[in-house]
Amino acid sequence: MTALVLKDVCKSFGAVDVLRNIDLTVEDGEFVVFVGPSGCGKSTLLRVIAGLEDATSGDVEIAGARVNAVPPAKRGIAMVFQSYALYPHLTVKENMALALKQEGTPRDVIAARVAEATRMLELGPYLDRRPADLSGGQRQRVAIGRAVVRQPKLFLFDEPLSNLDASLRMATRIEIAALHRSLSAAMIYVTHDQTEAMTLADKIVVLRDGRVEQIGSPMELYNNPANRFVAGFLGAPAMNFLDAATLGGPGGATLGIRPEHLRVTDAGRIKGTVAHVENLGGDTNIIVETGAGERVTVRVFGQYPCTVGRSAALDFDDADAFLFDAAGARLVAEPA
Amino acid sequence: MRDLFIGLFGKPEGIMLFQLIEATQFTIYLSLLAFVLGGSVGALVTLARVMPSRAAQRVAIAYIWAFQSAPLLMLLFLFGLGVPRLLGLDVNPWIAASVALLLYTSAYLADVWRGALETIPQGQWEAARALGMRFLPTLWKVILPQAVRVALAPTVGFMVQIIKGTSLAYIIGFHDLMAIGKRWANAPVEGTEAFIVYPLMALIYFALCFPLSLLALRLERRLGKPSRMPKPNLA
Repeated sequence: MTALVLKDVCKSFGAVDVLRNIDLTVEDGEFVVFVGPSGCGKSTLLRVIAGLEDATSGDVEIAGARVNAVPPAKRGIAMVFQSYALYPHLTVKENMALALKQEGTPRDVIAARVAEATRMLELGPYLDRRPADLSGGQRQRVAIGRAVVRQPKLFLFDEPLSNLDASLRMATRIEIAALHRSLSAAMIYVTHDQTEAMTLADKIVVLRDGRVEQIGSPMELYNNPANRFVAGFLGAPAMNFLDAATLGGPGGATLGIRPEHLRVTDAGRIKGTVAHVENLGGDTNIIVETGAGERVTVRVFGQYPCTVGRSAALDFDDADAFLFDAAGARLVAEPA
Repeated sequence: MRDLFIGLFGKPEGIMLFQLIEATQFTIYLSLLAFVLGGSVGALVTLARVMPSRAAQRVAIAYIWAFQSAPLLMLLFLFGLGVPRLLGLDVNPWIAASVALLLYTSAYLADVWRGALETIPQGQWEAARALGMRFLPTLWKVILPQAVRVALAPTVGFMVQIIKGTSLAYIIGFHDLMAIGKRWANAPVEGTEAFIVYPLMALIYFALCFPLSLLALRLERRLGKPSRMPKPNLA
């Protein structure tokens, strides 16, 4: 069964169109990530699915039932917020149990579900504490626990990691992936962080200006972006875009090449001087400024001695390059 | 009691003092009545004001506007003099004063309480809704327990306004501290002149109001301090 179907969903705030004609299907157990720059409408889309906002037009179906007029409480969803939004006056245990209690769930069922979530999220030592006495990572786990005990058909995560520091973010990311594997429920996850999207998703939905730019698995989008926006948004460091004309290349307005597909050679097609070097230990990012003033990032694996100011030439295999027209659409070369 | 006062302060001062203190009880009763009735109606108006129903919100807003902008004195005249005239029957000053104070108090408290509810971040409402809770359980179990802390100090503070407000009820023949005191001040009796009676009355009002003001201040210090509250962005 499908967990969620969106049909031609539009949302406007007054004259501003925030979502335009969104169509999407999420299968049971699928992990779908909405990704895009801030203001692309990804959080609004999540709120429309949750029922916190009404769609201006179009249909939202959850588990096969149209829910446009169904209040959030009855949609069978559970949401984790960026701000956590824990209830500050209640203990961790009470935070998780409150909604179940209000629905009249039997006490032993509540106790069992809270115990299960507690075990899964390792919240045992904190059950009687209040949110104010928890660290950011612990609060985040309580927020997830509050959703888990609901056993929803659909989990909604709204940028759940953006208030955590970098090390905790990675650990929590892995926890969320593990959670998804063990719950096998459908999850929709909103983020502006392409790393989170790439590492967590079964399916990524790239949004821009309220429109879906492309939907596909992480590697599909990485290897086969539909347009310049998707190509530039996924991957870090980001893809380089060069004026195709200066390369005497095979047509198109812009040539895109990923940093790891460039190599430093003695006689390459891209010539310039080294403007900056980022030594990361495991790999090295070299930023080369070309004669035309374009900045090109090269990713070299391992450590690479390189001084700023020296001249450098770069080259790539044509097979690794992407071509885009002036409007940013991908030009796919005819198979020879 | 009366004789004790006469014994202590002589005549007419003892009689006057006794009568003032005796009348004070009606000031207290009327204040409590206004607070309990006004608080109950105010709670209902607050509920209507924050309900998802637009119609209920509009009614509540109109109610608050109407009775917050009407001077209490005018409400007292209306219910103590206007309505009896209209209906052609006598209205007990207790009822007239209670109704006027109820309207005044409920409109004011509804606004204070709405403000307190609105200090709770929208995320709390949304979290509860997105986790399966409907409006009333959310209000009752999530929002109210947090908002009470915010509302307590201004509510106690407003009781001072009610006590002072009851003093206007003398104008429709309500026999409270104000009415008795005014009668003494106007009586051609030596020792009860206006410059003696009114400061005495002020002292009695002060004795009623000051403890409440102190309580409000302490509550504000205890509960209103942001440091005691969780950080807003994480709440």
